[in-house]
Amino acid sequence: MRKTEEGIFRNIDWVTVIMYLILVAMGWINIYASVYNEEHQLITDLTQKYGKQMIWIGTSLALALVILIVDGNFYAAVAWPLWIFVLISLVAVLFLGTEVSGSKSWFRFGEFGVQPAEFAKFATAMVIAKYLSQLDIKMTDNRTKIISAMLIGLPILLILLENETGVALVFFAFILVLYREGLSGNFLLLGVIVVILFILSLLIDKIILIVALAVISGVLFLFMRKTRQNIILLSSLFILSSVVIYSVDYAYNNLQSHQKKRIDVFLGKESDIKKAGYNVNQSLIAIGSGGLTGKGFLNGTQTKYDFVPEQSTDFIFCTVGEEWGFVGTAVVVVMFLLLLLRILFIAERQRSPFSRIYAYGVASIIFFHLMVNVGMTIGLAPVIGIPLPFFSYGGSSLWSFTILLFILIKLDAYRLEILR
Amino acid sequence: MNALSGRRYVISAIFIVVGIIYLMRLFYIQVLNDSYKMSANNNVLRYMTEYPARGLVYDREGVLLVYNEAAYDLMVTPRQVKQIDTIDFCETVGITKVQFIKKMKQVKAYSPYKESIFEKQLSKETYAALQEKLYKFKGFFVQARTLRKYPQEIAAHTLGYVGEVSEKITKKNPYYKSGDYIGVSGIEKSYEEELRGKKGLKIMMVDVFNRPKGRFKDGMYDTTAISGQNLISSLSARLQKYGEQLLQNKSGAIVAIDPSTGEILACISGPSYNPNLLVGRERTKNYGKLFMDKSLPLFNRALMAYYPPGSTFKLLNGLIGEQEQVTFRETRYPCNRGYPVMGGKPKCHPHPSPMDLPGAVSTSCNSYFCYVFRSIIDNRKKYPNVVVGYNAWRDYVLSFGVGVKIHTDLPQELPGNVPTQKYYDKYFGKNGWKSSTIVSLSIGQGELGVTPLQMANIICSIANKGYYYTPHIVKGIGDKKKPRDEYKIKHYTKVEPQYFEPIIDGMQGAVDHGTSTSAKLKDIIVCGKTGTAQNPHGKDHSVFVAFAPRDNPKIAVAVLVENGGWGATWAVPIGGLMIEKYLRDSISKPDMEKRMLEGIVLSTEKKSKDDK
Ligand SMILES: [Zn+2]
Repeated sequence: MRKTEEGIFRNIDWVTVIMYLILVAMGWINIYASVYNEEHQLITDLTQKYGKQMIWIGTSLALALVILIVDGNFYAAVAWPLWIFVLISLVAVLFLGTEVSGSKSWFRFGEFGVQPAEFAKFATAMVIAKYLSQLDIKMTDNRTKIISAMLIGLPILLILLENETGVALVFFAFILVLYREGLSGNFLLLGVIVVILFILSLLIDKIILIVALAVISGVLFLFMRKTRQNIILLSSLFILSSVVIYSVDYAYNNLQSHQKKRIDVFLGKESDIKKAGYNVNQSLIAIGSGGLTGKGFLNGTQTKYDFVPEQSTDFIFCTVGEEWGFVGTAVVVVMFLLLLLRILFIAERQRSPFSRIYAYGVASIIFFHLMVNVGMTIGLAPVIGIPLPFFSYGGSSLWSFTILLFILIKLDAYRLEILR
Repeated sequence: MNALSGRRYVISAIFIVVGIIYLMRLFYIQVLNDSYKMSANNNVLRYMTEYPARGLVYDREGVLLVYNEAAYDLMVTPRQVKQIDTIDFCETVGITKVQFIKKMKQVKAYSPYKESIFEKQLSKETYAALQEKLYKFKGFFVQARTLRKYPQEIAAHTLGYVGEVSEKITKKNPYYKSGDYIGVSGIEKSYEEELRGKKGLKIMMVDVFNRPKGRFKDGMYDTTAISGQNLISSLSARLQKYGEQLLQNKSGAIVAIDPSTGEILACISGPSYNPNLLVGRERTKNYGKLFMDKSLPLFNRALMAYYPPGSTFKLLNGLIGEQEQVTFRETRYPCNRGYPVMGGKPKCHPHPSPMDLPGAVSTSCNSYFCYVFRSIIDNRKKYPNVVVGYNAWRDYVLSFGVGVKIHTDLPQELPGNVPTQKYYDKYFGKNGWKSSTIVSLSIGQGELGVTPLQMANIICSIANKGYYYTPHIVKGIGDKKKPRDEYKIKHYTKVEPQYFEPIIDGMQGAVDHGTSTSAKLKDIIVCGKTGTAQNPHGKDHSVFVAFAPRDNPKIAVAVLVENGGWGATWAVPIGGLMIEKYLRDSISKPDMEKRMLEGIVLSTEKKSKDDK
């Protein structure tokens, strides 16, 4: 194989690369605005977060270049060893890591820190792709289901032990990958129903919601074949839905009480109970006050003056909302949607199952991050501390998403070589 | 696997549906719902009021009467209070730990993020001690504000005081916010708008810790505070102070007015109090004490107490008789130690008889003025019956500013009382009264009620021969140094100028050789009239009214000493001293001065009196 300078960029999907670059650039600008410091106006000032983010962007680009240089076969080959290595790191960090705000998930190297959990995402995406791409594997087999569940479950378990609930939850996104590879739609349906009910019960009064569900069940009952099996299915679905609605309602409405405190502490989310509700409220205020066109670059008061917590990391979307308004938030959401659809398009043009499955893994992870991160800032998702891909400040996050995406780009560029 | 490739559309659909839900939600909170914008402003904007300095008050000679003194409120932002030495803090501020905990609870309940007053108006010593330690008490700071100070310690009733606005006012007038100060009485009240100036507003942006982050929109919506206007009072501080000294240990009032302008030179109500008592932290306590005091120090007798004018009222009756062409300078009436027509009542003191009009004024003959009064009211050529006659007489009296409010610029002024025809109809029955029934009006007794301010104003009208300027206490407002326009208008009485000469002659006679000789001055012609106001509750009140000099009068004075007995005993000497003090600034009769200053007139009022 020829590996010339020109060869590195041969056949790579420029659309994805450009979307990546735009998102990263937008992220950088918004980090600059969110922690803007009048005494350090230069965006490249290394004493400030925006200066440091420049370093992360630079190193990420270098990392991307390295990924593109490496042989396309390499990734499928290292999937297992990499996954095992990451698992070992996840265990090691439990003993050797530095504790940061209640969670033990960081290796510290002087100024910098590395969070193995971040890298577990693409390692798991690769190992699932590797496992499911074997010729004799069928998703319908129970054995396959169990092994897949273990491949996903092991890192979840270790990450939960580290007290990084948010990152652990991301792995549930792999259900989309399994669905694409043949898992029964019922699992997905169940998941989707739970998510929809979850959101609806935050928006609508629980009584109205349950009455509405009862009406729908009644209508279904009138028109369906009244077999015993169908009746059991319908009634158990209705009961399940009601349970979900009630538990969500309970969890949310008891936010200020002692139960809520226990739940939060159990989830490792917050030590200060009032903060969770306060954060969402301030975040809504920041985004809501942006209006249609926003307050203008650097004019955001809610984010800049620290009313919104973590405004450069988990709540970076608030700065977009406040300073650029609905126009800004719509552009960002649409940009992510286009990126996701582009990844699905790339996935489906792969000849190699490994590449396709991996691509779905990438899309699922990015989608889950987007859904939860943006969702929590607008009150549609619980406050789970996970970053907005490519946007949020921080090296580990940016590096891991860059690696995740550029391995896909490399695999995609390599697909034609396989043909050749 | 191809069978499964359709599932890409399901997954795409999930992505798109979630995307659309999010976009709708964003559209709702950002474009459709406005409440978040308000909340954002509440978060970040702090409206800071800039309080203007309240205007100062000077006397007519440039002596400072009222100024502002810095005071310090201890403020706290509860959220910022961290790890302070509570014991040290409580000792420094001078409170107990229980009070500390209670106050912290109160301010936290108001807002943990916003500042509120922890302790009002620290004493100078506390402030000095606290200032050194303030760096240790995080979350606490000191805010300067001003207190009114009255350096001369005089004219408490006239200058008034300021206090926090009531809820009633804040509801009615949007200018005032809870905690603001407003003039409650005296000049502070009647010139509130001039004195207060205009508050300014500064809109600041703050961060989540309430730290200032700069002006909102570069101060586009800010307004600057405008200082209050200074006032020049017509009071003469030295005269006021002197009058207060003369009236100490006595109850009563002294009002001195410059007849040529209506400017009040002194306005004294005794007993008085130190105006500085009603300032600052001790205000409520002191107010309670003064309020409970049986001698009614808070009661402004000069404007609010009704006294029968006594013999001083004979001046008016004489003037009315002349104007009515029923009495002339040469008119003489008999006196046989009393009014012969009614069998010697009212009584009179021994004096030569019969006398002409000036002589009757000088000797204060009761009988004479009963004749005069009767001839006015019973003038059947002019008035068909007693009612018409009485009403005509009453109109004359009212034109001297008696029985009506004269609208001076001091609050609390009362109109006095000159009975109406209706009153007598009700009291004696219709057609049940005649001139003899109400003859006591001729000598200033009966149902008449006149305030000391009105007495002084009558004398101004006499000194001016027929007109007065509304008495007022502020002769200059702000840079223009002019009084309010309504105080430049002459109010004419119903008696024409040519009729005043005989009365004034009589007043001069009273001082020169009549009932008021202790008010006589060398080289200055003083015109006066004594009075003894009958008092059903105790010993009679001593009254004296006078003006001087006779030509180009500069001062008109009314003196009333409660329970002082004969006018000549207390009121005349005090009036004379006031005139001399003002015109000469020196006293030629130190013995008399000493007697007046040291004299004690005990209240003989039987019951707590309400002079209304
Ligand atoms: Zn007589």
